[in-house]
Amino acid sequence: MSILINEKTRVVVQGITGSEGTFHTERMIEYGTHVVAGVTPGKGGQKHLNLPVYNTVAEAVEKEGADTSAIFVPPYFAADAIMEAAESGIGLVVCITEGIPTFDMIKVKQFLKEKNCYLIGPNTPGVISPGKCKIGIMPGHIHTQGTVGIISRSGTLTYEAVAQVSQAGFGQSTAIGIGGDPIVGLKFIDLLKMFNEDDETEGVILIGEIGGSAEEEAAAYIKAEFKKSAAGFIAGQTAPPGRRMGHAGAIIAGGKGTAAEKMKALKDAGVFVAESPADIGNKIKEALLHYS
Amino acid sequence: MKIHEYQAKKILSKFGVAIPKGEMAENPADARKIAEKIGPKVVVKAQIHAGGRGKGGGVKLADNPEQAEKIAAEIIGKILVTHQTGPEGKLVRKVLVEEALDINRELYIGIVIDRAKESPVVMASSEGGVEIEKVASETPELIFKEYIHPGIGLQTFQARKLAFKLGLQGDTFKKAVKFIRSLYQSFEASDASLAEINPLLITKRGDVLALDAKMNFDDNALLRHPDIQAMRDLTEEDPLEAEAAKYDLNYIKLDGNVGCMVNGAGLAMATMDIIKYSGSMPANFLDVGGGVSEEAVKNAFKILVSDKDVEAALINIFGGIVRCDMVANGIVNAAKEIGLNIPMVVRLEGTNVDLGKKILQDSGLDFFPASSMKEAAEKIVTLTAGK
Repeated sequence: MSILINEKTRVVVQGITGSEGTFHTERMIEYGTHVVAGVTPGKGGQKHLNLPVYNTVAEAVEKEGADTSAIFVPPYFAADAIMEAAESGIGLVVCITEGIPTFDMIKVKQFLKEKNCYLIGPNTPGVISPGKCKIGIMPGHIHTQGTVGIISRSGTLTYEAVAQVSQAGFGQSTAIGIGGDPIVGLKFIDLLKMFNEDDETEGVILIGEIGGSAEEEAAAYIKAEFKKSAAGFIAGQTAPPGRRMGHAGAIIAGGKGTAAEKMKALKDAGVFVAESPADIGNKIKEALLHYS
Repeated sequence: MKIHEYQAKKILSKFGVAIPKGEMAENPADARKIAEKIGPKVVVKAQIHAGGRGKGGGVKLADNPEQAEKIAAEIIGKILVTHQTGPEGKLVRKVLVEEALDINRELYIGIVIDRAKESPVVMASSEGGVEIEKVASETPELIFKEYIHPGIGLQTFQARKLAFKLGLQGDTFKKAVKFIRSLYQSFEASDASLAEINPLLITKRGDVLALDAKMNFDDNALLRHPDIQAMRDLTEEDPLEAEAAKYDLNYIKLDGNVGCMVNGAGLAMATMDIIKYSGSMPANFLDVGGGVSEEAVKNAFKILVSDKDVEAALINIFGGIVRCDMVANGIVNAAKEIGLNIPMVVRLEGTNVDLGKKILQDSGLDFFPASSMKEAAEKIVTLTAGK
């Protein structure tokens, strides 16, 4: 198994007729993802990339059996798109869109509390279960199927980790970008719980960043309940406080959320922490050998 | 985005938050006119994007308009150094001239987004006029918090709870409740990320006013607030950073001597980290973004090398959507146009990596290629050894 998505996942793309939506839907189909429909309000009834386009997500669910959504709509419309998907019975929303206002996301999170719907992102490269299903913008060809789960707040740094893991002789069960914004859907801890129950996954890599306290919460969970090997890296050891480092969520505010604090929390929880980003692959190898 | 105190007060007063009478002046003569209107006694406050202005000599009391003019002449054009400006300080271009008020108590009110609770939080403290981080770490019991339901907004009972905890009574209590409600409205309506009133002033008559005001805004929401976006003061920003922003590049100047240029914020931070891990220091953060064009790579290259502190550079690209050949073309064209005067290590990986490497090789320019982050960092160390 893998977590969140697999070969049975049926994907609807919201914003499929836009340039980003079109480009990445083509890449997802090439990879083997079952994209079953697209949604663009006002373009219902058309065909795009040989797929039926609907006005609403509800129709895509009803007529094509979509259970997962990929969102490629512009930032000011993205919160609305997430809530529409959740309301329509979609079980997993992967929101790629970058630049959604924080207040919009706070409202979305409140809305999702009453729905049966997981959210990944926003501002994420997406989710991939190699060899089975890819939802997002990551390059499929660098991934290999295997036993290491990856959870990351970043995009290209995740690719770096994936490449190192493959080079160290391991593939990935599922790799997830949770997003670089201050308010995101599923966090490290939610996904660690899923990996903990996944037979295919033997070890997990956490790629964190400065800002917030999600890594510390993850460390507490790992210490208390996580049964598998874990390695980690925190980006931003050299970042100055008070400056937003590209990602809206990557900021050391009021002296809190430093890389040093997060690395210490992870180490204390038994996680093999890489000091250098070049050692991520080596650390998961060490962690897996240590517990085998 | 940050704005000045006088701009924050303008926004706040629109929502009914009580502020002292005052106006901004860009020269001493105007400062005098404002003092004549609202004085005679006024406070002249330097307007820069940094705190600690009082201790740095940027806030002064004037007994009459003549004195206000004299003080404004001293402050405008002065380099103000505070604990937040760094040792280089900041040039003062504007002052805020405000009525001088008597002080009974100095309190604190601030609103931020609590990331862990995923909601706005209003914080109040009886310890105003000092740094709230200090209060939070030394006497956390003196900070009172109310979390706000994002769909419903701040309720009056929450404002009452805070006002009671601050020990306010009677008319002052009522004014404080109104103050907190208006402050929250201004926070939500303007997509702020911070609204901080420190100190919140209680006068001897029992009036409640924002003596100082600081507001920061969510960059992602600025397009729906053109009035706030227009308040951006580019003279307060680092010139290279402002230049980078024009091309949608994320650039932050740092203290080291190794420049870097990377696609993606996480990988950019990790690249800075490995530079330090290997024994050098990064000169900047530079994220060219996910959907970068050849033109953007060229501009990024120019910004990178125009920093005089940069003695060597590391370019680290992991191509996904971005193709390595396109990045390589951008680098080569920029280097040919403005010259390659510093050693430059280029690490390309991912989509079309072989094509990208070939473009660098065929360019006839002296790049130092690297195939992994580790190798790239080691090369940088060798190249900067002894510097």
